[in-house]
Amino acid sequence: MNTQTTQLLIEGAGCASCVGKIEKALKTVAQVEQAEMNFADRSVMVTGEVEVASLLEAVEKAGYHAILINDQGGADAIDEKEQADAIYYKSLIKHTIVALAVGIPLMIYGLFIGDMTVTNPIQQLVWGAIGVLTLGIMFFSGKHFYTGAWKSFTHHSANMDTLIALGTGTAWVYSMVVVFAPDLLPEMARHVYFEATAMIIGLINLGLALEVKARGKTSAAIKRLIGLQAKTARVIRNGKAVDIDIALVQLNDKVSVRPGEKIPVDGVVVEGSSFIDESMLTGEPIPVEKSVNDDVVAGTLNKLGSLTFTATRVGKDTALAHIITMVKRAQNSKPPIGRMADVISSYFVPAMMIIAIISAMVWLNFGPEPSVGYAIVSAMTILIIACPCALGLATPMSVMVGVGKAAESGVLIRNGEALQTASTITTMILDKTGTITEGAPKITDILVVNGREEQQVLQLAASIEQHSEHPLAQAVVQAATDKGLTLFNVENFTAIAGFGVQAQYQSAQLLFGNEKLMREKGIALSDYQQQAQALAADAKTPMYFAIDGELAAVIAVADPIKADSVAAIARLKSSGIKVIMLTGDNHATATAVAAKVGVDDFFADVLPQDKAKKVAELQALGEVVGMTGDGINDAPALALANVGFAIGTGTDVAIESADITLMRGSLHGLADAIAVSKATLGNIRQNLVGAFIYNAAGIPLAAGVLFPVFGVLLNPVVAGAAMAFSSLTVVSNANRLRFFTPQQH
Amino acid sequence: MLLINLFCVALIALIVWWFWLYKPKAATHQANNAIVVKDGVYSPARITVPANTATQLTFLRQDKAGCSASLLFPDLDISEELPLDKPVVISLPALAKGEYPFHCQMQMYKGVLLVE
Ligand SMILES: [Cu+2]
Repeated sequence: MNTQTTQLLIEGAGCASCVGKIEKALKTVAQVEQAEMNFADRSVMVTGEVEVASLLEAVEKAGYHAILINDQGGADAIDEKEQADAIYYKSLIKHTIVALAVGIPLMIYGLFIGDMTVTNPIQQLVWGAIGVLTLGIMFFSGKHFYTGAWKSFTHHSANMDTLIALGTGTAWVYSMVVVFAPDLLPEMARHVYFEATAMIIGLINLGLALEVKARGKTSAAIKRLIGLQAKTARVIRNGKAVDIDIALVQLNDKVSVRPGEKIPVDGVVVEGSSFIDESMLTGEPIPVEKSVNDDVVAGTLNKLGSLTFTATRVGKDTALAHIITMVKRAQNSKPPIGRMADVISSYFVPAMMIIAIISAMVWLNFGPEPSVGYAIVSAMTILIIACPCALGLATPMSVMVGVGKAAESGVLIRNGEALQTASTITTMILDKTGTITEGAPKITDILVVNGREEQQVLQLAASIEQHSEHPLAQAVVQAATDKGLTLFNVENFTAIAGFGVQAQYQSAQLLFGNEKLMREKGIALSDYQQQAQALAADAKTPMYFAIDGELAAVIAVADPIKADSVAAIARLKSSGIKVIMLTGDNHATATAVAAKVGVDDFFADVLPQDKAKKVAELQALGEVVGMTGDGINDAPALALANVGFAIGTGTDVAIESADITLMRGSLHGLADAIAVSKATLGNIRQNLVGAFIYNAAGIPLAAGVLFPVFGVLLNPVVAGAAMAFSSLTVVSNANRLRFFTPQQH
Repeated sequence: MLLINLFCVALIALIVWWFWLYKPKAATHQANNAIVVKDGVYSPARITVPANTATQLTFLRQDKAGCSASLLFPDLDISEELPLDKPVVISLPALAKGEYPFHCQMQMYKGVLLVE
C-alpha cells in the first residue's frame, strides 16, 4: 500500500496558535509521517498509513474536535467502493463454487443414482464422512451466515442470516442424527439432507454475488455525477500557473481553464469569455456563453476559449458537491409506499420461524410416514424461502435508480416522499414570469407622442428607471444601454409602489408608470389608451411616460415566452394534469399568454402573498397541487404545495428549499420530473408485487398445502434457488428503469 | 408425541419472548459514541446520548454486505453512506427525549438511539 492522505476538519480551533498544538498532537500518533494544518479552512492533511480513529482521538485529547472529510475525493470514494465490491464479489463466487462442487454431485447421486438413506454401518461411515465434509463447506462458504445469525440473535433480532443458518443448520443436525443414531428414527425417515445444505449455501452465495454485480449498476448516476469533477485545477500562484490537486484549491484563488477542460470549482469569471457546456448538470443541450462577471459551475465543460475565474466555492461547498450529496441522500430515502414493506419485514423473520415450527408440528401429528422427514423438509424450506430481502430491496432499489435517472436530466428530487407525491399530482400551478416566460422582459414598442424624439424619450425614461427595482424597469435601461445612450442623474426620485416612479431632471418633472399612475396625476392619455389596450391584448405591458404633466410616450414591454413552454405544457396536459397559470400581471396580458401557451386556466393580478392562498384553495377542492416557480416570492406557495418545483440555475439555495429542483430553465424538466416519478412508482409497485407474491405463494407451498391433493412438497434446494434469485429479480427490474427516457416532444 | 408438541409450543413461546417481548434494559454508554457495523448487527445496537445537546455518532462499517452500506435515521431525516472501514461521523442536532431507531436500507440491521 502506498502512503495515504487523510484530511480532517478541526472544530474549535479559534486561534492560530492552535495549529502547532494540533499538528504536534497528530504527529505523536504512530505511523503519521506528516501533519499540516491549514488555518484558513481549519483542515489538516495527514500523510501516513494511519487509522482515522486514532487521529480523531489524538485531536480530541488535544482539546479539539476533528471530523473526517470523506467527500473531498468523491471519485476516490467510488473507486474504493467498487474495489470493495469487487473483492466481495470474488469471495462470494469462490464460496459458491466450493459449495456447489460438493452439493451438485451429491444431488445428482440422490436424484439418479442411489438412495440417501442410512441403513447399515457402511452407509453410516460414508455419510458420516460426507457430513464432516459438509460441515467444512458450511464453515468455509457459509461462515458469514452463521456468525451473522448468532450476532443478531444475541441482539434479540433476526435477519436473513438467521433464516439461512437455521434452515441449513437444521438439515445438517438432523442428517447427523440419522448417521449416528438411525435407531432413534422410524426406518423411513433415515434420510440425510447434506446435499440440501451444501446447495442452499452455494445458491444463496451465488444470489448475493449477482446482486452485488447488479447493485453496482444502480449507482451509475452518482458515478457519472462524481465523474464530472475535475481532478486538478490550474491555479495562479505567485504569478505562475501551477496544476494542483482540486482539494487544495482555496477560496479566491485565480483559476484558469483552457478549451476542452472541466471547470474545477465554482467561481466568477474575471477574464476571457467562452462557451460552456452545462448539459451534464442541467440537461440543457445548448452551450452557454460566459464572460466577465458570469458564474461558472464546477463540473461543467469549457468548450471554446480560455477563462480565468475567481474561486467562490471550493471542495464540498461547490454546487456539484451539494448536488451529489443531495442525490445520494434522496436515493437512500424511502417514499411512503415503502413503509408498509418495512413494517412487514421487521416482524417477518421471527414470524416465519414460528410458522416453520407450526408446519413441522402439523406434519408430525397428521402427516404421512416418514412424518419426521416431511416435517424437517417443510420447516427447512419455509425458513429458506421466507427471506424478506426481496421485499426489503423492492423500494430502495427503484428509488435509487429513479432519483439518479432524474438527476441525469437535471431534475433534483429531494426525497422519496417528493418522488411519490409528484407521481400523483392532479393540478400543476405555473408561475408565469420566469417559469413560462423567460423572466427577462424586453421593450417591444415605443409610441412617441407629439413628435418627440424616440432617442431622447428612451434616454430620459431609462435615466429615471435605472433607480427602480421593478423588473420591467430593467428592460428600459437595457434598451437604452443597448443603443449606447448615456443616462442622466435624476433628482428627487420616488417609487410609488404598484404605480410607478417619479423624479426630476433639470427642471423637467418625469413620471413613469401604469395607467393608474397617469390617472392619479391627471395626465390625459387621449387616444393612446386604445393603442395601449391593443398592446396589452398581445401580452405586452404598456407603460406611460410623461414629461411635465404631458404624455410623452407609451412604452410596451413584453416578457417573451420560452421557446419550449408550449410543448412542455402540452406534455403535462397529455399526462392528465390540469395546468393553471398564476401571475401578478394584468388580466389582458395574462389572457394573451394563457391563450398562447394553452394552459387550462389562469389567474391574473395575483399578489405574491396570495399565491399560497390559491394553492390552498385548490387543495381544499381535493386536488394534489404541484407549484412551479422561480422567485423568492413563490416560496410560500412552493412550501404549501404538495410538491414544490423550483426553477433554479442549480447553484442556489433553491436546491435546498424546494421538493424538486429543475436545474434547467425549460419546462420540459417539469414534464420529465413527473414522467420519471410515475415510471419509478410503477417500478416500485412491480417490485413490491413481485416480492409479495414470492413470499406469499412460496410459504404455503413450502408448508405443503399442495401435498394433500398433488402429493408435492417444495424441494428445499429449489427454495434456496428461488430465494437467491428473488432479490436479483428485484434489483434487475429496478435497473430496467435506467433505460427509461422521458419523451421530449 | 405429546412431548414433541409441548417442546414446539415452548419453542414458539421462546421466540415470541426473545424477539418481540424482551426489552433490553441497559443501553451502552460510550465515551466516543462509536458504533461498529459488523456481522449483521450494529454494536452497540442501543446507544444513549444526552437530550437537548447536539452530539455526534461515529459509525465504522466492517461488514461487506451491501445493505449495511446505507444508514438511515427515519425520524431525523438522516441517511448516510457508510464506506467500508472508514469511520463516518454523524452530527445529531439537539434532540428531545425519546427513542430514535436507525437501520440499514433493508431494515435487517437495527439499532436504537436513546436520548435521555
Ligand atoms: Cu436473503
